[in-house]
Amino acid sequence: MSPERIDAYPTRAIAGYGVRAGNPLPFGATAVPGGINFSVYSDRATRMWLVLFRPGEAEPAAELEFPAEFRIGSVFAMTVFGLDPETVEYGFRADGPFDPAHGDRFDPSRVLTDPYARTIAGRDVWGAEPDRDRLCPYRSRLVPDDFDWGDDAPPGIPTEDLVVYELHVRGFTCHPSSGVSAPGTYAGLREKIPYLRELGVNCVELMPVFEFDEHDNPRTDPVTGEPLLDYWGYNTVGFFAPKAGYAATGRFGMQADEFKSLVKDLHTAGIEVVLDVVFNHTAEGNEQGPTLSFRGLDNATYYMLTPDGDYYNFSGTGNTVNCNHPVVRDFVLNCLRHWVAQYHVDGFRFDLAAILDRAPDGTPLANPPLLEQLAHDPVLRHCKLIAEAWDAAGLYEVGSFPSYGRFAEWNGKYRDAVRRFLKGDPATVGELATRIVGSPDLYTGRGTAASVNFVTAHDGFTLHDLVTYNDKHNEANGEAGRDGANDNHSWNCGAEGPTDDPEILRLRTRQMKNALALLLTSHGVPMLLAGDEMARTQRGNNNTYCQDNELSWLDWSLLDANAGLHRFVRSLIAFRHAHPVLRSAAHPTCGVSWHGVRAGEPDWSAGCRLLAVTFAQGDERIHLAANAHWEAHELELPAPAPGTSWHLVADTSAEPPHDINPPTAETTLAVPDRYRIGPRSTVILLARPTT
Amino acid sequence: MSVEVRSREQDGVTVVELEGEITSVTSAELQRRILPLIGGAGTTVIDLGRVPYISSAGLRTLLLVHRRAARSKTATVLVGLSEEVRFVMSSTGFLDFFDVRESTAAVLGGVREA
Repeated sequence: MSPERIDAYPTRAIAGYGVRAGNPLPFGATAVPGGINFSVYSDRATRMWLVLFRPGEAEPAAELEFPAEFRIGSVFAMTVFGLDPETVEYGFRADGPFDPAHGDRFDPSRVLTDPYARTIAGRDVWGAEPDRDRLCPYRSRLVPDDFDWGDDAPPGIPTEDLVVYELHVRGFTCHPSSGVSAPGTYAGLREKIPYLRELGVNCVELMPVFEFDEHDNPRTDPVTGEPLLDYWGYNTVGFFAPKAGYAATGRFGMQADEFKSLVKDLHTAGIEVVLDVVFNHTAEGNEQGPTLSFRGLDNATYYMLTPDGDYYNFSGTGNTVNCNHPVVRDFVLNCLRHWVAQYHVDGFRFDLAAILDRAPDGTPLANPPLLEQLAHDPVLRHCKLIAEAWDAAGLYEVGSFPSYGRFAEWNGKYRDAVRRFLKGDPATVGELATRIVGSPDLYTGRGTAASVNFVTAHDGFTLHDLVTYNDKHNEANGEAGRDGANDNHSWNCGAEGPTDDPEILRLRTRQMKNALALLLTSHGVPMLLAGDEMARTQRGNNNTYCQDNELSWLDWSLLDANAGLHRFVRSLIAFRHAHPVLRSAAHPTCGVSWHGVRAGEPDWSAGCRLLAVTFAQGDERIHLAANAHWEAHELELPAPAPGTSWHLVADTSAEPPHDINPPTAETTLAVPDRYRIGPRSTVILLARPTT
Repeated sequence: MSVEVRSREQDGVTVVELEGEITSVTSAELQRRILPLIGGAGTTVIDLGRVPYISSAGLRTLLLVHRRAARSKTATVLVGLSEEVRFVMSSTGFLDFFDVRESTAAVLGGVREA
């Protein structure tokens, strides 16, 4: 039995509370014997107060100024005794110069959110009306860190073996058809784990789950005049805090336990968890935005500022986090370590990651220290690190993101190449070939796992809408259709939007299957957008960031309506898992042969819209033929290995259940060396021993 | 604020009835009072019928009691969970750790059968 700590006693009283000089590390609030240690950094503050609140009360319970001698370096640290870590809420008040031209924007009238707040009180229930006059709208709280993880361990799936599934925690189960007991929550998602398992995905990528304010959107519905919420949540308020409004138990402050329980059960099901993290900007916006945290604590440290003290706007949202400032680097690193150590997440997808390699003055760095640090950090060492390798100011680094051998990238070029090929654009066959073997032009030396391949993601059309709309239809976003991408490379198959023309509907289904067949047989890491396996629609809206309604929510009745498509996707995923030849970590070289209509004679000309490829590894052979032409073709098949013959895995021109054969049930061909590929169709063949 | 603790022996089973909110404020006292009651019999039933709310700290206290009991080869069974308590325990995953039954009678019935 160790003796009691000898520093568990106050040395003086402030505002009626016993206190003593605290520990500067760790930052934030930490329960210590008898009290709580508070630590906050500010280089330029002249005075700092700890502001304590009782839950539910508008006015502070107490304000304790940090005595000058409680400051170590630029860190204010104080242990306060007699506080209940379960109920205490707090913030900081900082005083210092207000001199924007020189970077300082102190405002002692504001009570600021702790950047290291482990949870935040204030947005406990999704959509609840905010009290905008409340002092300190986002109040910092502590979290018990003794969750019982049992024997939980990261699944540790090799990156090239992942099938990623991108989803929005709320949107996934919010629709009444989801049938879960707590719709729109972590707990609701946990109830859908059996569905994910059955589908076969082994990694979920969660759109932002760091605390944000869904009311942080100035726009209104142009029809109803109702305010539109920020549904996606790319405007972080608390980087260390799981979003309370996504927790069924958020109103009790138990979001951390609920989220951990979700991760634990996903791991048990063999599914990894990747978080979409937004370190490029914060919810404080530009000069007109609210002072919530960083700005009032140390504006010039946390934000990239122009020589005149204005905000650089590389994120397109008003401000840019100063990621390569040493203090901010530590902040990002500590944050990611926190999510790995405390929440057991398996990786991160970095939103607008090109910003992470900009210097404080905005210049792109060849060797950005933040990225180097993340790549080699001991705690993050086996995490998946995925970059959205561009930003909103034109820095496009797909293929050139400083990866340090660790970062994968959302391969935007894969998306565009597949889309353009499928809609029948000329001169696309050559690039398609490069993309489906893992984009060696972009990732030589980094391997196929550097390429996260996708056709659709949250940003843009769903797969159904990609084949249903030529143009975006974003009027509901209240920006008169100006928002959202214009270069969608989409094709409506003959009519814009819903139609009852059976020919068009059949073609759309085929086009969706074509995209999925290419995606799930390509080298690299396939990423699916949740709901695409059941043809989820956003009615042509390609930017539903503010649509917290049926436009965004997954309608689970589509599962019955589009059972054939769902079966096709599930079978394709199983096929991918069954065949390592599709998942080699190195770019395939000698094991690849290209074909056109005639075996061994690929046609790279601009007018050609057909490509076939055989992947070989050991005795295994898979033949993929993609025909984006509007006419059928008689394909000559290459000879498979001796003693084997081609068997049909999938043909997107066939109706279910003949569109795909489950593993080991692949059928023999009528003619062993020829196959008629239908118009705008994809065919997958597997060489199996001749019986 | 405190949690009332009443215990009785019935058919070789220890039944512990709790009343009040289990939070960080009441947890320490609850733990101090409940631990000595556990370990004598093969099974301890914890009746939460009069517990309207269990906080994060409260859930941890219950789990701690459950673990201490297991160490002394005593099974703990939770009964009488209100809809709200069950919802919170289920959402946070705590429910998975426990043997939960409808009522004390259900436990005693089960014991008799065995």
